[in-house]
Amino acid sequence: MESKTLNLNMGPQHPSTHGVLRVELEVDGETVVRARPVVGYLHTGIEKTMESKLYYKALPCTDRMDYLSPMNNNLGFCLAVEKLMDIEVPGKVNYARVILSELTRIKSHLVWVGTHAFDLGAMSVVLYAFREREMIVDIYEACAGQRMMSTYIRIGGLAKELPSNFEKLVRKFLKVMPAKLRDYEDLLTHNRIFIGRTKDVAVISAQDAINWSLSGPMLRGSGVKHDLRKDNPYCGYENFDFDIAYGENGDSYDRYLLRMEEIRQSLRIIQQAIDGMPEGPYRAHVPGVVLPPKEDVLHKMESMIFHFKIITEGFKTPVGSVYQGIESPKGELGFFISSDGTNKPNRVRVRPPSFINLASLPVLCEGHLLSDAVCAVGSVDIVLGEVDR
Amino acid sequence: MEEKVREFLQNRFAGAITREDNFRGDQSFYVSTEDLFAICQALYEDPDLSVRYLADLTSVDWLGHEERIGGRFEVVYNLYSLQHKYRFFLKVILPAENPEIASLTPIWDGANWLEREVWDLMGIKFTGHPDLTKILTPDDLEGHPLRRDFPITWEVPQFNWNKDKSPEVIK
Repeated sequence: MESKTLNLNMGPQHPSTHGVLRVELEVDGETVVRARPVVGYLHTGIEKTMESKLYYKALPCTDRMDYLSPMNNNLGFCLAVEKLMDIEVPGKVNYARVILSELTRIKSHLVWVGTHAFDLGAMSVVLYAFREREMIVDIYEACAGQRMMSTYIRIGGLAKELPSNFEKLVRKFLKVMPAKLRDYEDLLTHNRIFIGRTKDVAVISAQDAINWSLSGPMLRGSGVKHDLRKDNPYCGYENFDFDIAYGENGDSYDRYLLRMEEIRQSLRIIQQAIDGMPEGPYRAHVPGVVLPPKEDVLHKMESMIFHFKIITEGFKTPVGSVYQGIESPKGELGFFISSDGTNKPNRVRVRPPSFINLASLPVLCEGHLLSDAVCAVGSVDIVLGEVDR
Repeated sequence: MEEKVREFLQNRFAGAITREDNFRGDQSFYVSTEDLFAICQALYEDPDLSVRYLADLTSVDWLGHEERIGGRFEVVYNLYSLQHKYRFFLKVILPAENPEIASLTPIWDGANWLEREVWDLMGIKFTGHPDLTKILTPDDLEGHPLRRDFPITWEVPQFNWNKDKSPEVIK
């Protein structure tokens, strides 16, 4: 009897692909022989768009890439421009940025744990996770007025002063979250079905993980100790006491445990940052480059002129190229800015962590069961807005 | 670490470094097109430097500023040593006509999609790549959008009265 393999399309409209990802699968019975991810359905040319805009006006484009962690994207771009312009930001800004980017990490991981458990048949976690995510989104709203596309972190500082209830909201979240985290773990960590679906599934060795340029939880899940917050600190992360979580087996279950531990470590960092938050201005004072505070614009002549000039013609940058990588929830998010000395970037390159992590999908799927492909796609933690840009 | 890499490159590949640049702490070495693959292989295999991580691979179009770097395209290899926590850049200058460079896929699997992206968006050809096809843009799109001479267009909604009008070019 002749045996034939079957070509199967997973996506682009499939609930477990979290967006418009298509995977061309070649299956032999229930086993995946070959997997080929097809991306690009959401390509909007964000890098090209950013080239045509002034640096300030390119910033809102970054929110739209990884829409589950907008603050991290803002931060990466702002740090790169600040490096290009050699701007030092005040201490309070650094603390606020650390708090916001760690909150964003928790927010992104909550969506991940909810949807991943949902893919594997545990319906309830997603409802609980979104409940706690709501508290973070409320903090976003208090800060920026926006719940998703916040654009709150700006070049040289923050968009506006932190709200008066910021500390209260963050402290409330810090109080509530640890107990809720235990709830999720009660639901999943010792759940036999969840363990059965994730343990020894989508395995990638440390050697392969490095070779495929993976980053973030995908790399640390295989036991490689690489975290830019520790290795190449930015925003003053070296002042905080926290541990890097890493896995051993590089399977989907390890990556789940790791992300849960990362939430716990993020809570530790936020606690330290909110306790030690210094007073000070919310934006650096660099005339002609950093926008002056809004109050000054309304009352001072020079500030108004600078504001007007920065908005209409931007600022001239030195010739050269800089790269700034940050540890986003998905992995190493890098911004490479190449400047030709004008007021617009010559080239903005985003190192998209999800895109590079997704490239390893064939390694995770091939030779395993078809139902494990769903788990593999989920455990990579992709956001198609960032993959396709 | 910077001196170590420089010394390594000078000892193993005499005259390979055509130019050096250190801007805001980012160290770049400009190397020749022919040597790039051998340099990457040597850096990867050297147990002391152990540059095992290709963090990123990208390209820049310097149309209108060719005299500044000596060619139109610049391919940027962002290399990272996990052991030494050190990042540096290898840069290669390619001409405007038929830009071509050896693929790094034999060394790093991760270079596969990165090179496909550069080919798709910038039109730089990677010889020896196993599957150099479009990755982000639609199949029917002609040209390479990230080139500086590819116009940004304003997509006008199509009605009967303007269906013959060409899209407005912003830049």
